[in-house]
Amino acid sequence: MGTITGNISLTEQFRDLYRNYSDEIAANSAPLMNAFREDAITRLEKQGFPYKGREDYRYADIESVFRQDLAKSFSDQKINFKIREIFHCDVPDINTNLFLLVNGRYYNNGEMLKELPGGIIAGSLAQAAKDYPEIVEKHYDRYAGSSSDGLVAMNTAFAQDGIFIYAPPGARGEKPVQIVNIMISETGQMAQHRNLFIAGDDAELNIVICDHSLSAHRFLTNSVNEVYAGERAQIDLTRIQNEHNGSSQITHTFNQQETSSRLASNIISLHGGFIRNNVFVKLNGEYAENHSMGLYLSDKGQYIDNFVFIDHASPNCFSNQLYKGVLDDYASGSFTGRILVERDAQKTNAYQSNNNLLLTDDAKIYSRPQLEIYADDVKCSHGSTTGQLDENALFYLRSRGIDLREARFLLMFAFAHQVIQNIRVKALRERIDDLVDKRLRGELSRCNNCAMQCG
Amino acid sequence: MLLIKDLRVSIDGEEILKGINLEVKAGELHAIMGPNGSGKSTLAAVLAGRELYEITSGKVLFKGEDLLEKSPEERAKDGLFLGFQYPIEIPGVSMVNFMKTAINSIRKNRGEEPLSASEFLKKMREKKDLVEISSSLTNRSVNEGFSGGEKKKNEIFQMAMLEPELAILDETDSGLDIDALRIVARGVNNLKSPLNATIVITHYQRLLEYIVPDFVHVLYNGRFVKSGGKELALLLEEKGYEWINAEEVN
Repeated sequence: MGTITGNISLTEQFRDLYRNYSDEIAANSAPLMNAFREDAITRLEKQGFPYKGREDYRYADIESVFRQDLAKSFSDQKINFKIREIFHCDVPDINTNLFLLVNGRYYNNGEMLKELPGGIIAGSLAQAAKDYPEIVEKHYDRYAGSSSDGLVAMNTAFAQDGIFIYAPPGARGEKPVQIVNIMISETGQMAQHRNLFIAGDDAELNIVICDHSLSAHRFLTNSVNEVYAGERAQIDLTRIQNEHNGSSQITHTFNQQETSSRLASNIISLHGGFIRNNVFVKLNGEYAENHSMGLYLSDKGQYIDNFVFIDHASPNCFSNQLYKGVLDDYASGSFTGRILVERDAQKTNAYQSNNNLLLTDDAKIYSRPQLEIYADDVKCSHGSTTGQLDENALFYLRSRGIDLREARFLLMFAFAHQVIQNIRVKALRERIDDLVDKRLRGELSRCNNCAMQCG
Repeated sequence: MLLIKDLRVSIDGEEILKGINLEVKAGELHAIMGPNGSGKSTLAAVLAGRELYEITSGKVLFKGEDLLEKSPEERAKDGLFLGFQYPIEIPGVSMVNFMKTAINSIRKNRGEEPLSASEFLKKMREKKDLVEISSSLTNRSVNEGFSGGEKKKNEIFQMAMLEPELAILDETDSGLDIDALRIVARGVNNLKSPLNATIVITHYQRLLEYIVPDFVHVLYNGRFVKSGGKELALLLEEKGYEWINAEEVN
């Protein structure tokens, strides 16, 4: 036997896992999704696991995360619990259409797919692949499929279900669609779900995803989300990450935008031990507008890594990235923002900003802007700052009788609010303000009813 | 109310204040005048608790207690207020939230209940009228995008809201046009009472046409070189700081 590096063997491990369970995986999913699995496992073998130091995974130690000994389940786990009894959502005041994912599977309360007021259809992706194959087929793996990331291929090979949301052309929902993504089990567990969100031409979608862990075990989620905005469609996508610090979460979101569409995504990372968010945007039609934003509040040993890639593939498009973070204790993280302006994408406007507050000498963040511009008539800018709280502002607040602790809090909140203020739904914006307020004050429960005092 | 004894202050090894003595009693209004670099702003900052300075000797009593060992917020809660020469812009912190937090922190220290939302808004309205500051400013973030004059008015507005026992106004008149100067002066005069005291620090005599001091002190090269009544300000205006210089030498 030759030397086997960790990478190869991790890839082999998951390949073997797939081989051993491929029948069970297929039996508990949908033919349409199953059709992609063999290709995907071949891609995973070719691409391997992202190793630390690779250009787009420079600081993230993916391998350690996947080397954890975690159970994988490919059938319905028959978890019996009354969701209302054990889970109290921190975003309760907003009136939403609620859907649940439990350990990566659609949590079935009798209805696999629902038609919501305004004509929106939402529910289980596997069910949608059976009931609406013509819609699912048009989009499934169309945007994620060309990824060079082995983790995306792995998701395609293993994912059995997830949430499907479809707004037909011209449809407008009255209320946001909320997905509560829960990890709960009696042992450590890994899950890979797959979401597909489609807004037809002129449709509007407002989606909120809340990630939670509800039992004191190690969890790992590898989530792939494909999002399609048709012509003039508008999508607001907010993800609130609040798993306990024994959890690892990797999300990949592929946003495909057609002519004159507008898509705003916000990722609010409150708790979670290891978080890596990949956001890909393809501006595929002229006059498309994208806002990719993120806010991360990390402390103790948390690791937070945001990777954003905006592909300006058409002329006259606009993109704006705004990522801000507060890192306390010995938390660490990374932000990479890549802007690609393709040869024909004239009159592009592309902006990027990453600002970090480090509250201790031990906290650290790597911030990397990457611009690749092949068109000559473009406006592009990027800026990155990393620093401490402004001493002059602190003194000003204290000189008015505000305690140091409160003054620091006010400044941190103001810093964070600059991301939150861009969330367009007022009720949601206020709830997130509230969550961030609690988080910065250390009053936010890391996981609801969870006894685990994880560091 | 305030007693300063032989206060000496250095920054980076250089002595800025070289033995300051001053007593301010309730009901009094003192003006401290002096040329640039004489140590006026240093004195104000040290009294408010700025930590950049090294106090090498002397002591300061505020209402009988040692002021220098207290944090800036404790001093403010005890009733001290500094009007900044260069007020700080704080994007994202609303004026309303800022003032509410400050007032309730001070009230808590006095053992009083926090103001209710309606009491607070009523107070905001009253004090806004006093300094003629518009709602478009008080609805914004602290000092963000304010003009120089608006920032100074905002300092007086904050003073009116917090009702300090001792206000130290550091060059509140600098950069103000005549209308803004009148408004600022009116604010100061209206807030004056037999129970509180004010120290105005200024480079020019101009402000003292609107605010009549009980005492004028001339700070020169880190020391008070002259003290007197309001007529001293006029004399200074007429003869310039060079006159002090000559007197000093003699």
